[in-house]
Amino acid sequence: MAPRPRYELVLEPGRAERHYWLDLWRYRELFYILAWRDISVRYKQTVIGVTWALIQPLLTMLVMTVIFARVAGLRSEGSAPYAVMVLAAMLPWQFFSSSLSSSSQSLVSNAQLISKVYFPRLIIPVSAVIASFVDLLISFVVLLVMLIWYQSWPDRRIVVLPLLMLLAFLAAMGPGLLITALNVKYRDFRHVIPFIVQFGLYVSPVGYSSAVIRDRFGDRIFTLYCLNPMVGIIDSFRWAILGGDSPIHLPALALSIVIVLILLMLGMWYFRRTEKTFADAI
Amino acid sequence: MPTRSDGFPIISIENLGKRYTIRHATDRTPGSYRRLSEDVADAVRIPFRALASRLGGASVESARSGSRTTEEFWALRGVSFDVSEGEVLGIIGRNGAGKSTLLKILSRITEPSEGRVRVRGRVASLLEVGTGFHPELTGRENVYLNGAILGMTRAEINGKFAEIVSFAEVERFLDTPVKRYSSGMYVRLAFSVAAHLEPEMLVVDEVLAVGDAEFQKRCLGKMRNVARSEGRTVLFVSHNMQAIQSLCDRSVLLDQGRVVAEGPPRQVVDQYLARTSSHTGTRHWNEGEAPGDAAIRLKGIRVSSSRDGRPGIVASKDDCFVELEFIADTTNPGLCVGFDLANAEGTTVFRSYQTDSSPDRWPTLKRGDNRWRCTIPKGLLNAGTYSLNPRIGIHNVQWIVHLDDVLQFEVLLDHGDSPLWNALTESNRPGLIAPILAWEACADEGPRAAVARPR
Repeated sequence: MAPRPRYELVLEPGRAERHYWLDLWRYRELFYILAWRDISVRYKQTVIGVTWALIQPLLTMLVMTVIFARVAGLRSEGSAPYAVMVLAAMLPWQFFSSSLSSSSQSLVSNAQLISKVYFPRLIIPVSAVIASFVDLLISFVVLLVMLIWYQSWPDRRIVVLPLLMLLAFLAAMGPGLLITALNVKYRDFRHVIPFIVQFGLYVSPVGYSSAVIRDRFGDRIFTLYCLNPMVGIIDSFRWAILGGDSPIHLPALALSIVIVLILLMLGMWYFRRTEKTFADAI
Repeated sequence: MPTRSDGFPIISIENLGKRYTIRHATDRTPGSYRRLSEDVADAVRIPFRALASRLGGASVESARSGSRTTEEFWALRGVSFDVSEGEVLGIIGRNGAGKSTLLKILSRITEPSEGRVRVRGRVASLLEVGTGFHPELTGRENVYLNGAILGMTRAEINGKFAEIVSFAEVERFLDTPVKRYSSGMYVRLAFSVAAHLEPEMLVVDEVLAVGDAEFQKRCLGKMRNVARSEGRTVLFVSHNMQAIQSLCDRSVLLDQGRVVAEGPPRQVVDQYLARTSSHTGTRHWNEGEAPGDAAIRLKGIRVSSSRDGRPGIVASKDDCFVELEFIADTTNPGLCVGFDLANAEGTTVFRSYQTDSSPDRWPTLKRGDNRWRCTIPKGLLNAGTYSLNPRIGIHNVQWIVHLDDVLQFEVLLDHGDSPLWNALTESNRPGLIAPILAWEACADEGPRAAVARPR
């Protein structure tokens, strides 16, 4: 019998996966099913359920506003109310920090799956980020209510928002992939993440406007500050949401895109390189 | 190599090997994860150690203490064989022989260290029942989750949902979190999802080891269905030799990571049993160690069958002989010599003494050496490992020998002459024993009819 042409797979040491992207496509439903699992498990046996996703940004916004506006006496960007300015930054920041923490833990917390069944491993950290992304969308409800409350309508810049969200997604993905893959072998990284997240809140313009940094420390320090990719992303979120006279720093955005892409490539490279040994090392 | 003539290899394995590195720890607990600091410390220490050893002398010792040594371990090496399309291949071997590693490579969970596997078609692997089940999710949700993890699309699951649920018999609990399920329900649902996969190749590891006998039978039935009626290729690892013999077209025996036998399941299973069985079929005591007292002393005990086979393994279609050899210094008519037959769970299946029948049929008790034989008739015992526990005593007076687990032997169930009862449909019957009893239709004028007739 002549061999039929069909899906053929060769398993060899160190062989690059020929069907990698095809497999990823074949398992595409798993992205959303794993994300759905993470979300629905999170709110099982809770009374107020998804409302938790609203409470968290709301309370953080309140605290930040009180501390930075009332206690420290910082000013808002342009004419936007301080609370709205904080919230516009809270959304990308919270998305970034929660997806970074969940994606970097994702492989280890799904060790059972990894050692018992095959599917492209990339799905695990990506779906962790997707789950956080759903929270981001829910948090937008809070923003919407706030905007209506203060009657501050965004102008047409808002159409750029999906692109910025994509950028935030990729910004979380790169370090997430890198750290989750490292975490499989070196459990040290489990301790690194809470630190990055806590520290990051202060070195990103979440509770204050990035203009404050530029005004106080000058351009040179500000450029250094912009090496944190979240600076450009958060500034752009504000620019898109607050409308009016909120400024955008295009060089900062460009720098953050470059850094996001570098981290993403680094993360992908390390992940792909080590992914075949996950089952042995986990 | 007996493969189906029309088959071309759907899986070909060439010189496959998998190496693991074992780290012998001197300064840390085994099995712990690597800390980055250790790798960093090594990076610093190793050149330093090289320097230290060059300087020579006592410093070498101190540098070495607290170090780790690594050792290579080949879980699999030089494994080659082909699997034809539609073939059911059984993989057997002791624990640690490399079976699971082989399946993990075939199902792409881990990468081989050397060699090559060509797989032509899609593989679904079932290394565990219920992989990815989440306790907080309901039965319904877990079906979708588990199905997707095993590679089914949502549309496929929708199409089979009713079938999956009814096979698992959990209709009423579909919206209950599976953490509230009984373990039986949990396993049934999990297996049911997996059983409804439709891959070109199915790789199954010891799935039959879970669940009760009833469930295991259903799993076997389903696997047989997949293999026989749907003509799919199945690779099957099991410790259940009956299942291997009844399901597989061919078997491969692995030992210490190498293929040591390959061929028809019956032959390979025989080899496996011969290699692994510690059952020798006999137990002898040296003088001085022999159990008993001055009146009677047990010398040996032996199990054999009416057909010469491997020692310690009895086919249930053959009579099984238990021989007790002892020295007697008494002719006490109250002396009872016998044994308990216990199954693998330790349950006594029955007890037998030479004095059970009418006295004229008892074997003669002589002073000096005696060798008595008890026949366990064919077509009685169920499959399994049994142990012989000799029992010798004076009736109603005292125990002289009361020992447990003196000798083990294995019974293979193949005693049915029935076309319906054969190894293919049943690897072991529910019940402690599996007797073949007489059945007949009652005549019209039987006792029941007589009673029922009005006076």
